[in-house]
Amino acid sequence: MDPNSRLVMEDSQRTLTPYVTGTSVIGIKYKDGVLIAADMGGSYGSTLRYKSVERLKAIGKHSLLGASGEISDFQELLRYLDGLILYDNMWDDGNSLGPKEVHSYLTRVMYNRRNKFNPLWNSLVLGGVKNGQKYLGTVNMIGVHYQDNHVATGFGNHLAIPILRDEWREDLSFEEGVRLLEKCMRVLIYRDRSAINKLQIAKITAEGVTISPPYSLKTFWEFSAFKNPTAGAEGSW
Amino acid sequence: MEKNLDFNAPHSMGTTIIGVTYNGGVVLGADSRTSTGIYVANRASDKITQLTDNVYVCRSGSAADSQIVSDYVRYFLHQHTIQLGQPATVKVAANLVRLLAYNNKNMLQTGLIVGGWDKYDGGKIYGIPLGGTLIEQPFAIGGSGSSYLYGFFDQAWREGMTKDEAEQLVVKAVSLAIARDGASGGVVRTVIINSEGVTRNFYPGDKLPLWHEELEPQNSLLDIWGTPAASPEPMRE
Repeated sequence: MDPNSRLVMEDSQRTLTPYVTGTSVIGIKYKDGVLIAADMGGSYGSTLRYKSVERLKAIGKHSLLGASGEISDFQELLRYLDGLILYDNMWDDGNSLGPKEVHSYLTRVMYNRRNKFNPLWNSLVLGGVKNGQKYLGTVNMIGVHYQDNHVATGFGNHLAIPILRDEWREDLSFEEGVRLLEKCMRVLIYRDRSAINKLQIAKITAEGVTISPPYSLKTFWEFSAFKNPTAGAEGSW
Repeated sequence: MEKNLDFNAPHSMGTTIIGVTYNGGVVLGADSRTSTGIYVANRASDKITQLTDNVYVCRSGSAADSQIVSDYVRYFLHQHTIQLGQPATVKVAANLVRLLAYNNKNMLQTGLIVGGWDKYDGGKIYGIPLGGTLIEQPFAIGGSGSSYLYGFFDQAWREGMTKDEAEQLVVKAVSLAIARDGASGGVVRTVIINSEGVTRNFYPGDKLPLWHEELEPQNSLLDIWGTPAASPEPMRE
């Protein structure tokens, strides 16, 4: 690392590189609300350095935030949101910030930081339920934001979204929703080098936010073709 | 001159640092090598630095950056303790370190492990890698030598060790890292912090176990072949 590049003052507020990163987050709407899944890995480059990072956090009474990308920036975002929710509670007016408002706030923060060339290096999934209305949105480090019935970040966009486009329905039950997310997470465990087999799934309904304890998924390796892949062509791979 | 012998290269601590919780407190450990390029500028450094009576920090990466961060945090904690009227908690100390690491992430190159004991949470270890992520862990490893210890700790770490078991684990681990990491070396220092106070220990190279392909140190070939010789003495003018 060139020592001089760090001492020039105008460089102190420029685009950075991420150090400790989380991989995909996947979210889907289902009959009673929203389900969001993420694994618990914090990678340091190619090293799977931290294996108990909680990347799903409740925001107020109605929302849940899942983050991929730089974990330190996610931790800082949680502090901003703490302040936002506290300020809202202090009004004590019976109203509370819903997922739409939180998503809008996050979008402004992310886009404005991007404009100053000092982004928060994250891709976020924000889901929630307020007044019976389900909400699921995403926003990333360059400020791109949208809502949909299913969203994903990182590798999830390439591996999970195609599965969800094919199998998602408006009236998924809780069990069907969890099985669908687990199907996507299993593919990510097989095919995403930064994913680890330890995950959490969160459920947001009109009743509130519940985050599951950490757990692991069984994986399948018993294909006959896996056992002796080079049988037909010795010396090949 | 060759690029390798640049005596003006920044002092980096290469390093192996470890923090481990046990049943009643924490044990912090580190090697003692500070290098300037390939020259060993200090072979007996103390990388375990005091922040308060009950909280210490293990420093790795740039020597200058880690020293200045600990100096600032010690200064803030001193004032905080006066104002609070009782010892600072480990969590508060760790968060102060995080604030400096996160807010100056473009300029700093230091990884830190904060460890200590307080009456509210007992023994705690917080890892603060590059970028300023704060992560509470039952044990933490850091520095260039830590690459060689991920597998070792996956196998050897247990919850609820005694003080002596924890210290032996730390000494063994630092010693294994020194064996393979060129940027780590010298002596092994440990600091044990619990409700009773703080204990510093020192393990010189000859008190450490020998690993693969390492040989028992001798005074001279002459001892092996027959004629006894005196031990090495400090060089005198």
